[in-house]
Amino acid sequence: MLSDILTASVIASAIRLATPYIFAGMGETFGQRSGVLNLGVDGIMLLGAFAAYYAVLETGSLLFGVMAALATGMLMGLVMAFVSVTLQAEQGISGIGLYLFGLGLSDMLYQRLVGTPVHVDGFPRVDIPVLTDLPVLGEIFFNHNFLVYVAFASVPLSAFVLTRTTFGLKIRAVGQNPEAADAMGVNVARIRYFTVIIGGAFSGIAGASLSIALVNFFQGNLTAGKGFIAVALVYFGAWRPYWVMAGTLLFSTVDALQLQIKTLENALNLDIPNELAVMAPYVVTLVALIFASKGVEKPTALTKPFERGE
Amino acid sequence: MSDQSSKPVVPKRIQAVQMNGIVKRFPGVLAVDHVDFELNSGEVHALLGENGAGKSTLMKILYGLYNLDDGEIVINGNPTSMRSPNHAIQAGIGMIHQHFMLVPSLTVAENIALGMRSSRGMLLDLDVVSARIRELSELYGLEVQPEAPIWQLAVGEQQRVEILRALYREASLLILDEPTAVLTPQEVDDLFRILGQMRDDGHSLVFISHKLHEVLAISNRITVLRDGRLVDTIPADTATKQLLAQMMVGREVVMRYEHAARESGESRLKLDSVSALSNRGDLGLRQVTLDVRAGEIVGVAGVSGNGQHELAQVIAGLRPSAEGKVWLEGQDVTSSSPAKLNTLGLSHIPEERMLDGIVKDFSVAENLVLQDFARKPYAWGMFLRFGMIARKCKQYIREYEIKTPSHETPTKSLSGGNIQKLVLARELSRQPRVLIAAQPTRGVDIGATEYIHHRLLEARDSGTAILLISEDLDEILALADRIVVMYEGQIVGEVSREDADVGTLGLMMAGATVAKAPNISENVIK
Repeated sequence: MLSDILTASVIASAIRLATPYIFAGMGETFGQRSGVLNLGVDGIMLLGAFAAYYAVLETGSLLFGVMAALATGMLMGLVMAFVSVTLQAEQGISGIGLYLFGLGLSDMLYQRLVGTPVHVDGFPRVDIPVLTDLPVLGEIFFNHNFLVYVAFASVPLSAFVLTRTTFGLKIRAVGQNPEAADAMGVNVARIRYFTVIIGGAFSGIAGASLSIALVNFFQGNLTAGKGFIAVALVYFGAWRPYWVMAGTLLFSTVDALQLQIKTLENALNLDIPNELAVMAPYVVTLVALIFASKGVEKPTALTKPFERGE
Repeated sequence: MSDQSSKPVVPKRIQAVQMNGIVKRFPGVLAVDHVDFELNSGEVHALLGENGAGKSTLMKILYGLYNLDDGEIVINGNPTSMRSPNHAIQAGIGMIHQHFMLVPSLTVAENIALGMRSSRGMLLDLDVVSARIRELSELYGLEVQPEAPIWQLAVGEQQRVEILRALYREASLLILDEPTAVLTPQEVDDLFRILGQMRDDGHSLVFISHKLHEVLAISNRITVLRDGRLVDTIPADTATKQLLAQMMVGREVVMRYEHAARESGESRLKLDSVSALSNRGDLGLRQVTLDVRAGEIVGVAGVSGNGQHELAQVIAGLRPSAEGKVWLEGQDVTSSSPAKLNTLGLSHIPEERMLDGIVKDFSVAENLVLQDFARKPYAWGMFLRFGMIARKCKQYIREYEIKTPSHETPTKSLSGGNIQKLVLARELSRQPRVLIAAQPTRGVDIGATEYIHHRLLEARDSGTAILLISEDLDEILALADRIVVMYEGQIVGEVSREDADVGTLGLMMAGATVAKAPNISENVIK
């Protein structure tokens, strides 16, 4: 019976749906590990999604689309870093401000510059010789667009940077004990600027993975709160890239299942109200979050601005 | 030892440091007022002074954590500006702070590698770092596991990591800010041995302290600060405790108390195998059985974090007990509310006076009546009687020598010593049956300490049962009739006032179970 529900196409769809969350989650992991909670992820994703969409619409170049998303994301990251690190504003509130700004601006730009829904030619599925033709495995793992692979590749890369490089060590130290890092000659503000801008770039590409790879169009509030889910997934994953990825896959699998609710109902002989099905991924996330381990990796300086001297 | 194996501790970089006419202002305070300080290679120079005298501030200026408002720093004859810790580190200066600058989730090696250039560029070279750590720990007898995460280490070990880090960074000048506050007497001896070795290797050391006997034991020269000003710099061999205390306080200090032997009365506070969880979720307090009688002071000695905090909180009703019973004058008060304990005659001088002792933004008067404001004579029904409150408070301020401009002054603007006197006034004026005094003189200047000690002894003589919890062994030895020692949440030993000596107590504080007999060496069980 499980094979009736978790078909190859459901798993493949779960992997695809995970893409924006993984990008946004990795970016947010960097920021939070250094002690900055960026709640504006969703707003940055929306602007990134629009920038990528508009660039592809105008130029037809996917490369330009990606670059536009990255640049937009980094710019927004810079704004967040300036507000939260330099001006030491309350992070939760400034993040929500950033979200509302991104939500409004992306919709306004779309109305002004595009107006009517037009599809763009986004990233096509990549055919990998031999692998794509494998039965089952081919459909699950080797039948995706380019950005899906980039997203999953960013997980081990992020883990490597955090645990094996001097930069990663500084990030972890700054997030847990900025006073200690400062006393050891680490420039706390610079590290936080870096991580928040990296987070912005990830959020921008997360938006692009929606607008020019998954759905290939743009509309107001395209992300529908995906950025906030990504923030929750970072907590759920206890600030570790692989765990964040695991949490994301759990979430996106439930999401993929609810998209195929009709098939599911037939398979299980059940009558599930559609509203409940749509709620399911969020309920699962919420419940999982309650039981998520706090762990010793928790950046204890999260949301706390740093200023030298007691 | 051959030249290769005893290699680079490179103490040559700093030969001499002069700090001339240093001034540092904080909003409303002149923290350091034209202070001169001088340090040479191969010497331990002690900085002595009470809390708030400016010792730490002066050294944080040298380490680049604070920018100076006036004056100059001269290193090896060259005027140098220290705009950030990075400048100081480059110049070869290391500092061990009072609160350790370690990241708990990182390992020893990671903490030491933090902020250092890696031999592999952007990649961490923790194996290289660990190898060097092992070399250095052998050279100085500083035992430490490079792979252990900091949060698993005891405080003494964490300090070793700090010292190793300074050695690793080839600091030739090391500032130690109150390094002995968290150590057992034996660990202090160990630290002094290491510091001695570093000095002989040509390091310059600044030893910040307010403990006179330690300063006399380790330093070559002693500089005394008071209220941000330089009192004098004198060679250690001409100094005496009495002289130093006088320089610190500005008047003569009598650190000896009348401690008349006294028959203790009936049992007032009784604990019957009480256990409690710590904030970390493990058993912070384990099966503690204790009896405090009327007219006696029972001292609880121990290194910070061995269950003393939980003990005070359980008795004061601020932490639920996991098992066991607490009795107050024969009445079962296990897990009673603080309000109820209050009415039964329990007073509590909490460890964190700024958090649990007072409301910072309230006035002195409001804090003085914090418990009893709703009762007579301070209240008339639901109305406060401000005239009565003011009158009573003025009386307490006079009686307990609280230095405050008025009873309406915000409490947070008082000094630590005066805030503590305020708490003491509030708790003692209720003539408690039982008093829990947790770290009553921590961060309090000598003058106020002396005063608080006298008041505690007075309360004892008038029949109050006092449980004195302190990390300051001298304080316990001066005041307590009986001493119990806590280690890892348990009471590991008890000695009477007559049998108490620092060596035995120190061993117990380090976890050795010692029988009550005076001869230690034969009775060490573990």
